[in-house]
Amino acid sequence: MAVPVSRYPTFSHGVHPPESKDDTRGLPIRQFPFAPSLVIPLAQHIGKPSVPVVREGQEVARGQLLAEADGFVSVPQHSPASGVVRRIGLVPSIAGKMVTGIYIEPFPGSSQEVAEGERCDLDTATPDEIIAAIQSAGVVGLGGAAFPTHVKLRAPEGKHIDTLILNGIECEPYLTTDHRVMLEQTADVHVGIRYLLKATGAERAIIGIEANKLDAAEALEAAIPEDLPVTVGVVQVKYPQGAEKMLITALLGSEVPSGGLPADVGAVVVNVATAAEIGRLLPHGRGIQERVVTLTGPAVRRKGNYRIPIGTPLRFALEHVEASEDVSRVFLGGPMMGQALSSLDIPITKGTSGFVAFTERETGRQPPEYPCIRCAYCVDACPIHLNPSQLGLLAKIGDYERMADELHLMDCFECGSCSYVCPSHIPLVQRFRLAKSVVRERRAAE
Amino acid sequence: MSGKTLDIDTSPHIASGASVDAIMRNVVYALLPVCAFSVYVFGLTALVTLVAATVACVATEHLLSRARRSTVGDWSVVVTGLLYGLTLPPGLPVWMTVLGGIVGVGVGKFLFGGLGYNAFNPALVGRAFLQAAFPVSMTTWYPPLGAERFTALPSSSLTFPFATPTYDAFSGATPLAAMKFDGNATATVDLLLGLTGGSVGETSSLLIVLGGLYLIARNMMNWRIPAAILSTVYVLSAVLHWLAPESYPGPLFMLFAGSLMLGAVFMATDMVASPMTSAGCWLYGVLIGALVVVIRLWGGLPEGVMYAILFANAVSPHIDGLIQPRVYGTAGRGGT
Ligand code: SF4
Ligand code: SF4
Repeated sequence: MAVPVSRYPTFSHGVHPPESKDDTRGLPIRQFPFAPSLVIPLAQHIGKPSVPVVREGQEVARGQLLAEADGFVSVPQHSPASGVVRRIGLVPSIAGKMVTGIYIEPFPGSSQEVAEGERCDLDTATPDEIIAAIQSAGVVGLGGAAFPTHVKLRAPEGKHIDTLILNGIECEPYLTTDHRVMLEQTADVHVGIRYLLKATGAERAIIGIEANKLDAAEALEAAIPEDLPVTVGVVQVKYPQGAEKMLITALLGSEVPSGGLPADVGAVVVNVATAAEIGRLLPHGRGIQERVVTLTGPAVRRKGNYRIPIGTPLRFALEHVEASEDVSRVFLGGPMMGQALSSLDIPITKGTSGFVAFTERETGRQPPEYPCIRCAYCVDACPIHLNPSQLGLLAKIGDYERMADELHLMDCFECGSCSYVCPSHIPLVQRFRLAKSVVRERRAAE
Repeated sequence: MSGKTLDIDTSPHIASGASVDAIMRNVVYALLPVCAFSVYVFGLTALVTLVAATVACVATEHLLSRARRSTVGDWSVVVTGLLYGLTLPPGLPVWMTVLGGIVGVGVGKFLFGGLGYNAFNPALVGRAFLQAAFPVSMTTWYPPLGAERFTALPSSSLTFPFATPTYDAFSGATPLAAMKFDGNATATVDLLLGLTGGSVGETSSLLIVLGGLYLIARNMMNWRIPAAILSTVYVLSAVLHWLAPESYPGPLFMLFAGSLMLGAVFMATDMVASPMTSAGCWLYGVLIGALVVVIRLWGGLPEGVMYAILFANAVSPHIDGLIQPRVYGTAGRGGT
């Protein structure tokens, strides 16, 4: 692939944060041990929480159904280990509040064989049956959004999906899980693509990969089965190239209409690790019980990409990778859009792509905010082509209505590019997040 | 890791490292060669003017912002001070230099609310004030490369405040004035190198362009603004010169004479007072270029760069209101 870097397609605007992936991109995925207690929140996805089908004290096999989906926009949970249901009660969540969950205590001596369920036969299953099987497997977007995958596979009334896009961009600094999955699970990815093509009715699939993962692009390309209409689309390294809209623009050249869905331009985007998981689970009728997570950052000694049981407490995970005693900041996800955690007492869930841990030494204090000097760095960074400077001025005076009505506030997807470049250190995206939630509430109240 | 509390903040958790003071400091670096060269051409009097201008501006900002937190540390006022000094005629009485600096920063910057809110380039506000108040002193030019320039100050420099300065050994006219009023064109190569009469820093186009290129390379200057200004001036004056060579000077002369380079590269590009979008910057630059040509050729003044930029500064918010990027996924624009 001797294409010069600048020739790869991309979207317009965006930023170039340091990739910080060198520590882990070359490290093969390693299996993680079971923690003494696993914590399975009933809601690890966007949508309605699942409903427990086990009772306290019950013995469960690894892969057995713990909680079933509640309606279409919901997914079930499966047991990450053979063990016993210790308790069903409140568990700490990433958002800070307590939510309902299931405590599993793995059996120490168990062989931890995975229970199999009803297989989904690619050749005989109908699209609807595949969509149902994906839901039954508890599959959500593993890239971080944790939106139930099966929901977006069905094109809205009157729309046709012709292109399936596999998102292998992973543009967040530090994270390398998708990269490793693409390298190590090429066959799973292609099997997953078969299921997804059939489920969506799409005629072709494109795997979007950033030019900093050419090894993965080559591996996937070499493994494409003869009869599979798949191509690999290498795109420029730029943040936020992994955002659905940006990826669609880079690969297809079209823009998703404001307020619309990828289906409006005939596309559906699925994370590449999600596809690999579908390819791994559906032929065996299994559900998600583990996922690949990057554990990295200056505070982590044994950095790496680990296949970790869902429900593993973060504290256990960090101890296992010998994180420093004085870890002072931990981000769930990457540093651009990830969330800073207030506690280590949360479990790893399906949407957890990585943790980046820092100690006091690496994290400087936030410099003071300056007035906007109208440098237009933010204007040139915003992938949606908003005017963050003007939005920021309006946010400061609380004119949220004008932000929404005239300046397309609701199209901001909080990528943080504007804050990242601002020489005046104005917390732009923080203000936009607040403004958006206020506008949403007001609109809901109307 | 045991029971310690974790620091939380909101994403993004990393920043590009760009800062206001780094931008301003780099503008100062880009201006230093221009300043040094002006001291070479005009001698001590240029040095005195630059120092007096900068000290006046910095002191004014410090005193006015002291109540909350002195904002001198962001270096923006040093940029203003140097730029202001570079626009003044060498040999200008020091007290006038100081007064203009106080007005430029006090009125041009603080009355508007400080950095980020100044609708006009403060350096030009200071200069415009002097131009209006002391038109004779502002158009009396000290000759370049004088033999005693490093050993003596012109007597006018140290004129007692509010006394009328006396000028000795001053040349009558800059290349532009000579062109306009006497019909003499100066050799372009002299203009390019800066070995001509004029204000402190307007003479070496070459060093100004180099400073601009440095800032453009560091993404600290919007190249579209100088590009639009200079190409507009070039094209307009080339057309006029072609139509009537005897009454209009050639485009290269127009490009390199007077304060056009300094204004196009360092003044018009003041981030606060210029538009934010690329298309807006082109429009803004074309406007300035056209005004410069009109004022120079048909106005009553030999030089029009300062007024052209001040006028465009005033129009800049309206340009931003008119031109906004098309928002992704919409047919419409993003701003008002
Ligand atoms: S956070 Fe919103 S406004 Fe800022 S760059 Fe991203 S999309 Fe644009
Ligand atoms: S990046 Fe910051 S300082 Fe520059 S225009 Fe945007 S908000 Fe203003």
